[in-house]
Amino acid sequence: MEELLNQVFAGLATGGIYASLALALVMIYQATQLVNFAQGEMAMFSTYIAWALIQTGVPYWATFFLTVVFSFLLGVAIQYLLLQRIRGQPVLALVVVFIGLLVIFNSLAGWIFTYTIKVFPSPFPAEPPFGQHYVSAHELGATAVTLVLIALLWAFFRFTSLGLAMRAVAQNPVSSRLVGIRVSQMLALGWGLAAAIGSIAGMMAAPIVFLDPNMMSGILLYAFAAALLGGIDSPGGAVFGGFLVGVLENLLGAFVVGNALKLVFALVIIVGVLLVRPSGIFGSVHVTRV
Amino acid sequence: MGTDIMSPIGSWRVFALAALIALACLLPFFISSYHVFQLTLVLVYAIALLGLNILTGYNGQISLGHGAFYAIGAYAAAILMDRFGVPYWLTVPVAGVLCLVVGFLFGLPALRLEGLYLALATFALGVSMPQLLKYKPFEPWTGGVQGIVIVKPDPPWHLPISPDQWLYFFVLAIAGAMFLLAWNLLRGRIGRALVAIRDHPIAASAMGVNTAMYKSLAFGVSAMYTGIAGALGAIAVQFVAPDSFTILLSISLFVGIVVGGLGSIGGALFGALFIEFVPNFAGQISKAAPWAIYGVFLIGLIFVMPMGINWAIRLGWARITSRRRTASAQ
Amino acid sequence: MSTRSNVVIATLAALLAVAAPGALAQKMYDTGASDTEIKIGNTMPYSGPASAYGTIGKTETAYFKKVNDEGGVNGRKIDFISVDDGYSPPKAVEMARQLVEQDGVLFLFGTLGTPSNTAIQKYMNAKKVPQLLVATGAAKWNDPQGYPWTMGYQPSYQTEAAIFGRHILQTKPNAKIGVLYQNDDFGKDYLKGLKEGLGDKATKMIVAEVSYEVTDPTIDSQIVQLQASGADVFVNITTPKFAAMAIRKAYDIGWKPVQYLTDVSSTVASVIQPAGPEKAVGIISAIYGKDPTDPQWQNDPAMNEWRAFMKKYYPDGSLTDVNNVYGYGVARTLVQVLKQCGDNLTRENVMKQAANLKNFDPGTNLPGVFTNTSPTNYAPIQAMQLEKFNGKEWVRFGQVISK
Repeated sequence: MEELLNQVFAGLATGGIYASLALALVMIYQATQLVNFAQGEMAMFSTYIAWALIQTGVPYWATFFLTVVFSFLLGVAIQYLLLQRIRGQPVLALVVVFIGLLVIFNSLAGWIFTYTIKVFPSPFPAEPPFGQHYVSAHELGATAVTLVLIALLWAFFRFTSLGLAMRAVAQNPVSSRLVGIRVSQMLALGWGLAAAIGSIAGMMAAPIVFLDPNMMSGILLYAFAAALLGGIDSPGGAVFGGFLVGVLENLLGAFVVGNALKLVFALVIIVGVLLVRPSGIFGSVHVTRV
Repeated sequence: MGTDIMSPIGSWRVFALAALIALACLLPFFISSYHVFQLTLVLVYAIALLGLNILTGYNGQISLGHGAFYAIGAYAAAILMDRFGVPYWLTVPVAGVLCLVVGFLFGLPALRLEGLYLALATFALGVSMPQLLKYKPFEPWTGGVQGIVIVKPDPPWHLPISPDQWLYFFVLAIAGAMFLLAWNLLRGRIGRALVAIRDHPIAASAMGVNTAMYKSLAFGVSAMYTGIAGALGAIAVQFVAPDSFTILLSISLFVGIVVGGLGSIGGALFGALFIEFVPNFAGQISKAAPWAIYGVFLIGLIFVMPMGINWAIRLGWARITSRRRTASAQ
Repeated sequence: MSTRSNVVIATLAALLAVAAPGALAQKMYDTGASDTEIKIGNTMPYSGPASAYGTIGKTETAYFKKVNDEGGVNGRKIDFISVDDGYSPPKAVEMARQLVEQDGVLFLFGTLGTPSNTAIQKYMNAKKVPQLLVATGAAKWNDPQGYPWTMGYQPSYQTEAAIFGRHILQTKPNAKIGVLYQNDDFGKDYLKGLKEGLGDKATKMIVAEVSYEVTDPTIDSQIVQLQASGADVFVNITTPKFAAMAIRKAYDIGWKPVQYLTDVSSTVASVIQPAGPEKAVGIISAIYGKDPTDPQWQNDPAMNEWRAFMKKYYPDGSLTDVNNVYGYGVARTLVQVLKQCGDNLTRENVMKQAANLKNFDPGTNLPGVFTNTSPTNYAPIQAMQLEKFNGKEWVRFGQVISK
């Protein structure tokens, strides 16, 4: 029983990491209908920027704010400089650009910051709260941050006209342009927000998994599985998916299939969800008219 | 995006092809054995890229995990040679048939996946492949993490050439056969059906094309090509291990067809030259960031030559010849 | 016999006596060596999943530059050609062939990674080119009969693990052992050595063997599994990032076993600090070299020499990364081999001298640990000493243990 509880809480903690990156993936999908393979590497790169700022003495929360802003601008730049210019090209061109970005960010980070792992500070206290030993303060804090993000996002999409405009552009760019929405601006906004969320995901994950250029490559596949499972166009669903994947992975690994097949487990989830119920648990079902 | 299978064969192209083949046959006697080895690898990649192009270029199904089929072919060859003593030349068709079946089976569920989702599913396959190869219960065959070492074949019939040269010709012959097969396959009904499914899937099925069968077959044939390439690659490198078949291999293959030219057979050769030599070249410019430069090439080419090198050359050639025609007409 | 023929014979003998050493001291070269330079090849993972180890290659490059600045070895400059293999075996094969056949190096040195070295081993031995001082701890590089041209360097993982095993038998014969190991050749080799050290009691004592992959984001689940198995001894076979996570999680869930940690992950800066020094009290490890971040080597003259070298020749390199100490030590060992070769720079002689190191200390070994090779022993360093962490630094105890 004790072990079961421990595994569940450990799974929730790891799942929190998946959830925050899944949130960035969902954000991009909601804004642009695209699956961004480079999201993890962008998040990792932002975290390195944060690390560099902290090394020069900038206090944690100032760094946090600056990094989020920087990442936002980075996302906007990618949309305007790269994606805007290949609009109208087949999906393959997009995939090539994403893979190119993935590879560039990964090696740039390694080139500039070297590959030795670095310690990234946590803004939360070191002692586990309430005297228990299942979760650390940081893991609780990171989960809280993720939940706050979801709430903010939900409010943004639901209650602001900007959010409405973004959703419109994602679903029907032609009609949106006809009613006067600047499509490229909305897409850029979407990219910026997704990059910003990704940077927060990175800064929350780094104290746990340590900062190195390959930090996110392990997490990316699980985040995709989480986003698909929960619903690729539902922020709350993606986060739920993250926790679910984390817990399932731990329980299956500890009690059923052993620890050697975790990536295969993610593969099975991805293919399974796509085949059986592509909209995930909480996503909305899309019907395409022929 | 057109395809080059439709145009009739002009005499210039026949001449160019013959010259290329002659060059390929003579080259190994004038270059060092290391370069012969590299050219052998180029041919291996060309076969793999041809396979991927059939699936992605002609049929529009994006695969970011073709390294998995390459791995299956490679391990099939290695296991047959090392554990069962099968002669090397027999492992190649066996690997091909195995991958044909596996590819077809994978193509069945893939029928329900489109565009980016298929890319994601195949990406997941490519990422998790090394883990499957390391799996403990398979260890007696796969050698687990340690991998399998195999012996390079000697030239048969006491031919006076080196093992490297023999292997090159062996691979060259197979590559030639595979290219011929692809050319035949793609310029007839099958090729037209594949392209129709890619460009106008609904119209195609309305016209009676059995979309499901063609798409699954495309997967199977594509996997067969890449599996054969994997087997040949394993024999050339003489070693297989899970670390040889990471997601980076799948990404390289994908990059190869995009750069070389989608929907073209010649593009496979350009792409193969790119992925074999450019990383080495990038590594000389900056040891620390070879993949970054690789990525910059990728994005740069997409802007400058979005349809790949093959098309850029054909477009350039067409411009030159049309200028000559208008000049001679005046 | 006439006096004249005596004189002739004596003169001839005298001439021979003078000429013979001269003939023996004639310079002999294989490809890659000449009067002015020695070409050495190396492959390292500068890109890809293992790129953290690329700094070893950079340290070695820097060290050979220093040697060249000081006049080279026996008057010859070292041309060190180090290329990236991305930790991919096919790439390693291609690069090895390029170095040997294209660049014409005399031998390969310090190639990193078990898969890469396995891939090129047959080729190197078939071509009779030395594959020296390879940077991996697998036990199979000590096989002079099977692979006479391949030689390892550091104590093998099996050697180290066996030392742990025997120590457990001595101190806690009724222990229940839980093992966490990385699911690759490093982890598996280690586990094998541990079982050898425990002998027949291995199956009885090891109550849990839990693996993890380098692609796993965390290993919390594995630590929980180990605690649940009831183990009171924890053998922690992990690479630095995961070692830190393991130490931290074990402490956080209140599991307090006697913990053995692999040498690879025992550095204060990369593992203990991130985990939290108070969480690592009592951990036992074994080492053969000096940890640059351990306070007891702050004023050690050999380590200060290393620090001065780093500042001048590799200023970007971290002074807290033990890989940079490793690179320095193995490069110095190679220079010793080259010095011993003198003017006979054939591949055969390079191999012979590599198998002829007697009580050499590159300055980075622990006191009492020496580098020794012979034609039947291709494991240059085999001695280690156990140490325990006291919250601040590692304290060595017991004797230096040799195989």
